[in-house]
Amino acid sequence: MGNYYQAEWETAPVEKMREHQGKLLKEQVAHTYKNVAYYRDLMDKAGVAPEDIQSVDDLHKLPFLTKDDLREAYPYGLLAVPLADCVRIQSTSGTTGRRVVAFYTQNDIDLWDECCARAIVAAGGTKEDVVHVSYGYGLFTGGPGLNGGSHKVGSLTLPMSSGNTERQIQFMTDLGSTILCCTPSYAAFLAESIKEMGLRDKIKLKAGIFGAEAWSEEMRRHIEKELGIRAFDIYGLTEISGPGVSFECEEQTGMHINEDHFIPEIINPNTGEVLPLGEKGELVFTSISKKAFPLLRYRTRDICVLSREKCSCGRTLIKMAKPMGRSDDMLIIRGVNVFPSQIETVLLSSGFEANYQLVVDRVNFSDTLEVKVELTPDMFSDTVSVIESKENEVVHKLKSVLGIQANVTLVAPKSIARSEGKAVRIIDNRAGKI
Amino acid sequence: MATIKQLSIFVENKDGWLADILEIVAGAGADLRALSIADTKSFGVLHIIVDKPEAAEEALTKAGCIVRENDVLSITVADKPGAFAAALRKLADAGISVEYTYAFVGHEPGQAYVILRVDDNEKAERVLG
Repeated sequence: MGNYYQAEWETAPVEKMREHQGKLLKEQVAHTYKNVAYYRDLMDKAGVAPEDIQSVDDLHKLPFLTKDDLREAYPYGLLAVPLADCVRIQSTSGTTGRRVVAFYTQNDIDLWDECCARAIVAAGGTKEDVVHVSYGYGLFTGGPGLNGGSHKVGSLTLPMSSGNTERQIQFMTDLGSTILCCTPSYAAFLAESIKEMGLRDKIKLKAGIFGAEAWSEEMRRHIEKELGIRAFDIYGLTEISGPGVSFECEEQTGMHINEDHFIPEIINPNTGEVLPLGEKGELVFTSISKKAFPLLRYRTRDICVLSREKCSCGRTLIKMAKPMGRSDDMLIIRGVNVFPSQIETVLLSSGFEANYQLVVDRVNFSDTLEVKVELTPDMFSDTVSVIESKENEVVHKLKSVLGIQANVTLVAPKSIARSEGKAVRIIDNRAGKI
Repeated sequence: MATIKQLSIFVENKDGWLADILEIVAGAGADLRALSIADTKSFGVLHIIVDKPEAAEEALTKAGCIVRENDVLSITVADKPGAFAAALRKLADAGISVEYTYAFVGHEPGQAYVILRVDDNEKAERVLG
């Protein structure tokens, strides 16, 4: 049994949770229908009235919301309370199309902070800990979310934000940070820098909470080994609140969804049909507790699986597997679906580090995939054939995992740009080529 | 004949890399004695023999290069037809495999120097001795 931040909900019997969800769902649908014209129109078009939703069993009757709806309704179209009752906005990184803006009342922020507090406690955090938050602060939800969670737990919070790696490491050693919160790629970069500076013995980290980008099990083991910590996954999205929609416990076999706030569903991404528990499909969330920006049946584009197997941590919250990829990240190369996480797994299992870049192009009417990866000093040999055989090993493994041929290019250490936020892993040069 | 230190450096196939590396070596005050490049379509390995291998290695590593130092054989052969072939035949007969080799002309007239990377330095020295 583990430690809980809110045991009442984290270990609630399934029936109690379902009843709670039904009650909140009913209220949320009524609230949204009354206050959000955009969603009222969608419900009317679908022929669904608020009275049709009496319990979680009726959830499937509601229309979906997509990122396109959020862009369409930008900025105030999905706001459900007077603007005067809102205290904060957060926004997505906006790499594609228009930004998405989410609104929060003070109570919405409190609930979100509590979700993040559950994640910190599940990672072993207490008020004695020093929580080092290296997620970006600002419009991005990473920094504010974990910052708020850490306050709720009562830990000493270091609001580092991202960047300035030397200062990060200095604070880490001088102030004895015990829990690191950042993106997994930045954690790997920090680990590398700490090693180079010879400060591995000076850091007191015991755990890390890493999210906001896809990372593999091999990457987890790598970070755990390099920093001497346990690395926990955390999941969330700005539209639904931010990090803390789900979080990992010490069992590290999936992330517990904070079901008392967010009802998950898995659907067939093509038909919209709800799939039975245990099947792989697109994750959909309905936020039932927050009031300023309530999203009903929001399609996340993340592909994953839900599971209700008993967890050794004692939590009864449903678990979601690490998303296998986002349909946005998914590359279609020569008609084959390729997720960067598959390539990362192959590289790490072959002894490379997670410093890679995928270059997709179109040559002679056909797609090409080049995997650029940094050679590590351990792998280097003065004999070309030894290095070539390493290269060939990766080509063969990629071929068997992806089903397509990829060219592997070994590059010098540090030649692939490190990012302090989300890693730029994919360069797609196909636009405009036939 | 002697066992000497060779430095091998990983290089990407990019314009200007050889100049970059040799400048770093020169910056360390190391004088180049011999050089060879083995390459594939995506990368190359540069082998160099310098008078100050430690200084060169340190400077290259500091500059972020992947460098490996290892022992290779340096042998002197007469500058006449068949001399090097005879040495290679002795190694082949003794079952020693040559990974790669490169030659350079020395200061003394009539002599050529050959660098040999073999799988067993000691045995090769005995065979050629």
